Amino acid sequence: MSRVQQPTEQLTEQPAEPPSGRRGFLTKLLAICCGGLATLPPLAAGVWMFLDPLRRRGAAATFLPVTELASVPDDGIPRQFAVVSDSVDAWTGFAAEPIGAVYLRRQQGSDTVEALSATCPHAGCFVEIESREKCFRCPCHNSTFMLDGRIVAPSPSPRAMDGLDCLVAKNGQITVKWQNFYTGIAEKVARP
Amino acid sequence: MSKHIPPVQKYGPQPPVNRPGLLGQLANFLDDRTGYRALVHEALYERVPGGARWRYVWGSTLVFAFMTQVITGLVLWSSYAASAQTAWESVYFIQHEMTGGWLVRGIHHVMAQMMVVLLALHLMQVVIDGAYRAPREVNFWLGLVLMMLVLGMALTGYLLPWDQKGYWATRVATNLAGLVPLLGPSIQQVVVGGPDYGHHTLTRFFALHAGFLPATLVLMLVVHLSLFRKHGLCARQPITRPDAMFWPDQVLKDAVAMLAVMAVVLGVILMPALRAMLEGRPIVPGELGAELGAPADPSQPYAAARPEWYFLFLFQFLKVFEGWGASGEFIGAIVVPGLVMGVMFLMPILGRWQLGHRFNIAFTVAILAGAGLLTAMAMNEDYAALWADRASYADVEKLLEETDGDAAKIAAHFGNDPAKITAFTVRSKKLTKIRHSQSFLDASAQAEADAARSIELAGRPERIPSAGMLELVRNDALSQGPRLFAQHCASCHAHVDPAAPNAASLLAKASAANLHGFGTAAWMRGLLDPKQVAGPAYFGNTAHKEGDMVTFVQHDLTDAATWKPDDIEAVIVAMSEEAGLAAPDAAPAVVEKGRGLIADGDRCGSCHTFRDNGVAAGSAPNITGWASREWLVGIITDPTHEQFYGDSNDRMPSFGKTEEGAAPMLSGRQIEMIADWLRGDWYRPTAHGH
Repeated sequence: MSRVQQPTEQLTEQPAEPPSGRRGFLTKLLAICCGGLATLPPLAAGVWMFLDPLRRRGAAATFLPVTELASVPDDGIPRQFAVVSDSVDAWTGFAAEPIGAVYLRRQQGSDTVEALSATCPHAGCFVEIESREKCFRCPCHNSTFMLDGRIVAPSPSPRAMDGLDCLVAKNGQITVKWQNFYTGIAEKVARP
Repeated sequence: MSKHIPPVQKYGPQPPVNRPGLLGQLANFLDDRTGYRALVHEALYERVPGGARWRYVWGSTLVFAFMTQVITGLVLWSSYAASAQTAWESVYFIQHEMTGGWLVRGIHHVMAQMMVVLLALHLMQVVIDGAYRAPREVNFWLGLVLMMLVLGMALTGYLLPWDQKGYWATRVATNLAGLVPLLGPSIQQVVVGGPDYGHHTLTRFFALHAGFLPATLVLMLVVHLSLFRKHGLCARQPITRPDAMFWPDQVLKDAVAMLAVMAVVLGVILMPALRAMLEGRPIVPGELGAELGAPADPSQPYAAARPEWYFLFLFQFLKVFEGWGASGEFIGAIVVPGLVMGVMFLMPILGRWQLGHRFNIAFTVAILAGAGLLTAMAMNEDYAALWADRASYADVEKLLEETDGDAAKIAAHFGNDPAKITAFTVRSKKLTKIRHSQSFLDASAQAEADAARSIELAGRPERIPSAGMLELVRNDALSQGPRLFAQHCASCHAHVDPAAPNAASLLAKASAANLHGFGTAAWMRGLLDPKQVAGPAYFGNTAHKEGDMVTFVQHDLTDAATWKPDDIEAVIVAMSEEAGLAAPDAAPAVVEKGRGLIADGDRCGSCHTFRDNGVAAGSAPNITGWASREWLVGIITDPTHEQFYGDSNDRMPSFGKTEEGAAPMLSGRQIEMIADWLRGDWYRPTAHGH
């Protein structure tokens, strides 16, 4: 027993079965194509934009001034230095901001400097120097390296610390070729 | 409505009915047009075979937890700004300045952790009850996908405050994603939003966290719940009690469980407040709930980097593959987690056989126990130094120091006795673990101090500059001073309170003056003390050990006829006044007297230029404005300047002077920050704050 009357106007009988045969097939095909075509532009445009980062490249690896020779004591103990550079993050331009860090090491009486990236080749943490144990150690998974960057076995890291090209100018200015490398693989491959 | 004639009257006599009231009529109106009563009936009057049980509450608590996250998340969203210069800043504002911000963020943060716990419980219950068996396989798979979506939201949410902790943890997580075969590097670049971490890492993680992942989760959850209803509850066998309805028997149990979950969440948030209250400390709402570290800085090491506790087992798992090379990390981060998920997806198939079902239960228990064990191992490695007795390793420490860790020397020490050497090796390994743990604890303490300082700075009346919080931190004397000092000054200078227990050993290692309290009367009193001037805290370890100043202090100043104690004290007060660091109660007359003595050509003025005493530069440092900011900046910039040590400068580099074309060792701002830090001159909040 209903409280209100159902609508009195009768719906015209609809065919119970969808159209079959060639016309039916064409209708279905068209319906799917139209619907698909309508949905495609936003979807494709969205994917296109979402994948934009794939065509972004980092700044080309260039030699950046880091410090001068007098700041690197010639005792064979690496010291950490900030790498300062102009940089761009999407829409923001940074003038002379620290963008990362390197370890510089000078042997006794030597005028050449070795540079190591401070990024752990295992998973990308910031490797620290253990002055007491005279080694590098990553605070994340305990990858350990000798002061020249070679691996101390057994280590979770698949390779030695990444060396960076380093130049010492006549006036003592040290420049380092700033690069990032893929982590977690045995080979040292620079990121694009 | 009075004109409304119920349609029943149209059809002649009817048995008397209770006419519905106004609300009832409205309900009828809605039901006629939507059929909601049937829907509600269907939702509430689900048959629960064997009656309501506590073990069925986990799914409901998860839905509740998710709804909590949606509510708090939307409110957080309304105050959050995803960019590298606004994320930390807006989260700071939510946490420390907005009314109730700490509570909303706290609930969101703690409930996220509860969700992981509830997921584990729900999974256990489903596996043990065999609720994945036909026809519920698809729903079990959906549940696994839901679990991964929740974990994905936890992972992406960790970055959003853009603090050091989230930043470094995310670097590791995205680097691991880069290990996926073939597509890894591309996946990483798309997720990170470019070749480097920045604005687009945040915007993408935020879109994932608050858009893609929860939208997918809602879709999946709708299907998950409707399939659950379609199949009905998978009752615990054997059924011994009569069936009951979902409403109200099971709903009551669910509601009690939700209340318990919420109570735990609030308890975790408010526990520190209760503790503060009991200890009589003031309650600072901003310190409750979720913490906020120092702002993300790619150039600043963060040795306390750890994932959230529920991911610690994965973190620890990577350490298991020591010495496996590249394959170890691949196996640990990709293969094993992939295989475990694979087995879990196969559970409904395996569960068809009784043995398979037992295997599934054993597997789930083993995985959870393994994760628990790895978590405990990670915690133990990090916190071992808290309970280890480091003092009992003093002999190991001493021997390692003496031998420089040289194996041959250690062997010789033990007379090449293999048993003793082995015992020593075992103990030295244990010591190394304690040391590593101590480094982690130190780094955590440093991280906490940095976080507190950032929050203090953000609350300045001048507010955060438009360039963002990082600029403020990078220009803060208290944050940067000690780091710059450690890097550039500490290889010669000590900076230790002479009253500290380890002061003597630290001073002995230094090869230049102790700069702790430089510019204060106390420091000057030590310099003018004949016993100390040639000691390690002053000129003792320098080329000036037998210089004019030492001779003056040890001979002239001890002549009581020319230097009465009051005179020396007046000089001390006047010098600290030059530094601008004199005690507030320094009498002007004493300062005036001291200035006269300093300028006097027969006393200090015989060598030092002071104000207008006419002594030519070059013989000794000009002490006009000694230890003032300007004076310190000058001597750090170039100690070989004639106003300072000139030719008699002992080893100190000219940090601000450069060779032609080369950059100086320290920028002008860095030198200023060292000077300010040495002088104790940095921003301090007033007692009333902002």
